[in-house]
Formats: sequence, structure tokens, C-alpha cells
Amino acid sequence: MTRANEDCRCRHLAAAAGEAGGGAGGVGEPDPGPGSAAELDRRRFLSRLCVGLGGLVSLVVAAPVVTFVLAPVFRRPRHVWRAVGPVDKFSVGETVEISFRDADARSWAGPIGKSGAWLRRDGQDEFTAFALDCTHLGCPVRWEASAQLFMCPCHGGVYYADGKVAGGPPPHPLIRYQVRVKKGQVEIRTAPLPIM
Amino acid sequence: MFSLRAIGRWFEDRTGLAGQLGPLLKHPVPPEATWLYVFGSATLTAFLVQIVTGAALAALYVPGTNEAYESLRFIDDGAPVGHLLRGMHFFGASAMVGLAVLHMIRVFLTGSFKFPREVSWLSGSFLLLFTLGMGFTGQLLRFDQNAIWTVVVGAEQAGRTPFIGTWMGRLLLGGPTLGSDTLSRFFSLHVFVLPGLLLALLGLHLHLVLRNGVSEPPRAGRPVDPTVYRGWYHRMLGERGVPFWPDAIWRDAVFGMLVVGVIVLLAWLVGAPELSRPADPTIVQAEPRPDWYFLFYFALLALMPHGLESYVIILGPLLLGAILLLVPLLAPAGERAVRRRPWAVGTVVAGVTIWGALTVSGVHADWSPHFDAKPLPASVVASSNGTVQQGAVLFHDRACIFCHRISGQGGRRGPDLSHIGALLTKDELVIRILNGGYNMPAYGAILAPGELDAIIAFLESRR
Repeated sequence: MTRANEDCRCRHLAAAAGEAGGGAGGVGEPDPGPGSAAELDRRRFLSRLCVGLGGLVSLVVAAPVVTFVLAPVFRRPRHVWRAVGPVDKFSVGETVEISFRDADARSWAGPIGKSGAWLRRDGQDEFTAFALDCTHLGCPVRWEASAQLFMCPCHGGVYYADGKVAGGPPPHPLIRYQVRVKKGQVEIRTAPLPIM
Repeated sequence: MFSLRAIGRWFEDRTGLAGQLGPLLKHPVPPEATWLYVFGSATLTAFLVQIVTGAALAALYVPGTNEAYESLRFIDDGAPVGHLLRGMHFFGASAMVGLAVLHMIRVFLTGSFKFPREVSWLSGSFLLLFTLGMGFTGQLLRFDQNAIWTVVVGAEQAGRTPFIGTWMGRLLLGGPTLGSDTLSRFFSLHVFVLPGLLLALLGLHLHLVLRNGVSEPPRAGRPVDPTVYRGWYHRMLGERGVPFWPDAIWRDAVFGMLVVGVIVLLAWLVGAPELSRPADPTIVQAEPRPDWYFLFYFALLALMPHGLESYVIILGPLLLGAILLLVPLLAPAGERAVRRRPWAVGTVVAGVTIWGALTVSGVHADWSPHFDAKPLPASVVASSNGTVQQGAVLFHDRACIFCHRISGQGGRRGPDLSHIGALLTKDELVIRILNGGYNMPAYGAILAPGELDAIIAFLESRR
């Protein structure tokens, strides 16, 4: 029933097209007539033309959009050394939170462009820095000084002072940042969010 | 003179809208489709509330990391009815998720996903996925402490994907680390991409209702036979069908009104979740918790055996999605009546029970240390012995109390130690404290000489 309807409409359209062609002056090839093999070929060609052009145009539009959206995936993280304070600011054996600006932060980022780390002074010029992010799923671990443990507020991960897992679901020790002392300043090497 | 009627006639002549929509609205439906059939339209109603309130909120909200929080504060405290609007958007989201799931359960239990309505179920599954996506992306737009850490948790989960994990995580974050690009990206997803996908799929979903008709309430002993179902269905409609407008839609209207009423009432009385502190990834005082409809997953992540995690995080949702999509393809025919489908009932009961239990434990989050636990008062310590008193102080200072409860105070991660002195011997206590356990740190290297004795003395006095 539907098929018959469609056929019917096609023939009607074809007839209309034929008329229009005739009305335009009638110069050139003779009207092949509705439903003829040439007409069907032409229609098949036009359908393919539409689908092809549509696909091509979609590709032309999609290519820059997809590139734009995927770009961050292939952005190489930058690493820079950031000074976080003079050596004397930190006392030996103490673990404190420091913050520094991400290497990749946009100029308009504001506070979100910062990262934090737990920094401990182990000796005269020796420092250890741990990422805040729990290796389980990235929540910020807290240093509980009197218990000498890092504890995560999310799913119960606990770490010893050296970053090793003490309990809970974390699969790895805390991630460490590189630290150095340069010209009396403690410097930390920025790193991307540790995605395990 | 132009009368309204004349204008209407002119408009109808030029557009033919009423002529086309009228029959659609009046399409025949089975007369027995009653109050169980209102959840789908109610989900749509909640979605419309989301579109309208969302558009209004976007007129004030600034999707920039420096201003997002402040602009939300202004919406909450300064803008006229801003607090109400944000509340409506929050409870509208809750309603949309809840009603979509109810709709799905109803469709599953009445077997309405069977022939010829399989694609309705498939499109509905993706509608649910995108709805949850809206919930997840919307949570970051709050841009408080809670919000940014839930996104980090999301990125870390994406990061568990084998081989391309880091890329997946960075795709979500919009860069190597949480930043201003993350917020812009989530804003684009929440306001343009996901609503667009939802609307497109919704068009298909509604078209399918018209094409295949509203499923008739099942009857035991009348299984779906794809070879004859369509003919039978149309004959049944011809004999007994009633027009959707107004015979059936009035129930949708009444229930929809009720839904909107509850959304407005809750928004007015309870309001949207309080914003915590402004987003700052260097502040560790955060207790990230997802919105209620994701709490079950939060709990699952804490409670599952640790070794299984990477598999569950990636394979779990994939498997769940695959099962969902396979439902109508594996069971396209046969009995629809719930009495003849015990496995369907069992699946729903099990699913709802598991979801409920996980949600309740997610609310309590017993695995989280009680960072703010107070020292035990003298009335609880109840001892004049100096060593016992020192042990009680250490029990707090060494963070034992974060995870262990004594006389109703402290955390719940580990066992309640109120009567531990009567349960374990001194040696057993020493072994546990020094070596730790599955979820307990070993305190051997943490306690100073003498501290262990004090803690043991204190614990032994708990009888």
C-alpha cells in the first residue's frame, strides 16, 4: 500500500519535472519521458550526488570539530620547576602542604590553575613531595601528623608517611613529585594529574 | 474585520498543523493502559522543567573558573527567585532520573519491550545513559570543592580503561590536569551536546510510540507472537481502542502536574544542595560525595574487593549496558505477564535491593575516616589509672578513633572497640596494632616506645 503510494507520487513528480523541462524552451535532448531507463539512471545519479556531497560536507565540518575536541588528549603536558619557598621555611621532619601553579594552566583559570602537594623536609637539603591525589580514584589525601598517616576522605584509602599503602583500596603508593633545592629555594617539578 | 477564528483558519490553511497533529493526538490506545503508564510522560515533563529552568539559570551563570562559583552564589542569594530556580533544576534532575528508572522498570515488568517495540527499549536505554550524563556533568557546574573532586574521580575511573586510559581521562578533563578547560568542556556537554542528543533520541522514542502503539497491559497466557501480533493489536484497537486525547492523556496531565508540584515544593522548602567552599584543588578539606543517584556507585567503589576494582570499573558499566541492550533482542517474543516471568521479577527485586543497600551505605560512608572525631571525654574513659588515660588520649591522637568507635564515638571503618578488652587478649591486641590488617595500617613504626602499652591498657579497660 505504502509502496504503491510512493510509486504514484514519483510518477507524478517525474511528470511535473518533464513538463518544466519542456516549458523552459525545449532546446537540447528530447524528453526521455517519465520512468524511462535514462530517467532512472539520472535519478540514481542525483541520489548518490546528494548523499556523497552531504557526506563530504559533513566530513569537512566534522574534521576541525573533532580535532578541536580531541586536542587536549594529545596535548603534551609541560613540566616546569616551580619555587615553593626558601629552604628555611620548612623544618626537618615536618610534612606541610604547598601549592604551585600548573604548567598548563590557562591565564584565566584562577584558583583552579593551582595544584597542591605534601612536602616533607627529610634532611638539610633533602625533600620528598607527594601528590595530593589518592591513587585509588584521585580524591585529596590529608596528612594526619600525629598519626603519621595520609588518609583519603572518599573510599577509605590510607598511606604511611613514606607513601606506601597502609589500608583500603588504593592500588599504588602515593605519586611523588620531583623536588630540588636551587639557590636556597625549594623547587618542585610540575606534573599532570596522575591518572593511574 | 479579522476575527480570531478567521486568523486561525488562515493559519491552519497555510500550515495544516492541526490537521496533522490532531489525528496523532487522537490515535487509539488500549483502554486498559492506566496509571502504570504515566511514568514516561512524567519523565518528559521533568525534562521540560530542566530545559526551562536550565535556560533561565544559564542567563546568569558564568561558565568560567574564576566566576562560576560567585555567579552561583548570586543566583542563590541575590537574584529574585534564583534559589527557587536552582532548587527546581536540582529536584527536576532527581525527578527525571527517578521517573526514567520507574518507567524502565514498568516497561520491563509488563514486557512492553517485546516485539515490535524493541527499538523503544534500545532508545530508552540511551536516553537513560544521557540523562545520567546530564547529572554527572551538571554536578561540576556547581563548581564547589565537592564538584571538582567528583570530576577527578570520574577522570580516574576513565583512566582505568586498558591502553588508552590516560587519554580517556584527559579527554574528560580537557587537558593533562583539572583546569578551566574542564569546566568549559562540561558546560558545553551539559548545555549543548547532551540535551541535543536527548532531544534527538526523544524524537525517535516518541515516534515509535505512535508507530507501534501503546503496549496493551499483558495477560497471562497471551504471549507475543511476532507473526500475528500486529494484526491482532490493530484489530483490538479497532474494537476497543480509545483516543489518546483526552481518554488517556488526562492521567499523564494529572500525574505530570503532581510531579511539577512536588519539584516546586521541594525546591521551595528544601532548596538545592548548599554550595560548599569555592573550588580550589589545593584545599584538601573536601568530602567529595556524588548526588544521590550515584551514591550506590560511590559505595560500590569503596566496598568491592580491592583486586577486582579495575575490572569492575570498566567492565561493570559496559556489561550492564550490554545486558540492557540485549534484553529486547534476547526475549522479543513470549509471555509478557509478570506472573509468568519470575526471572524478570527477581531481576527487578534484586536490582532495587542491591541499589538500595548500596545507596544506604553510601549515605553513611562508614569506610571514610571521621576526621573530626573529638577526644574521648573522661566519662567514657572512666578510669583514674594514668596509663589508661594516656592510652585514651593516644587513641584519639594516633587517629585510632577515626576508624574505631568507642561508646558511640568515632568512625565505623573498623570494628567497634567498646568491649574489646573482653574479646581479645593482650597479645592478640598487640599483634593487631603492630601489624595492622586488610584495611588497618600497621602501627609498629608509628607508635613511640611506651605508647603501645598505654593504648593496650586503655583497650583492655574496655569491657
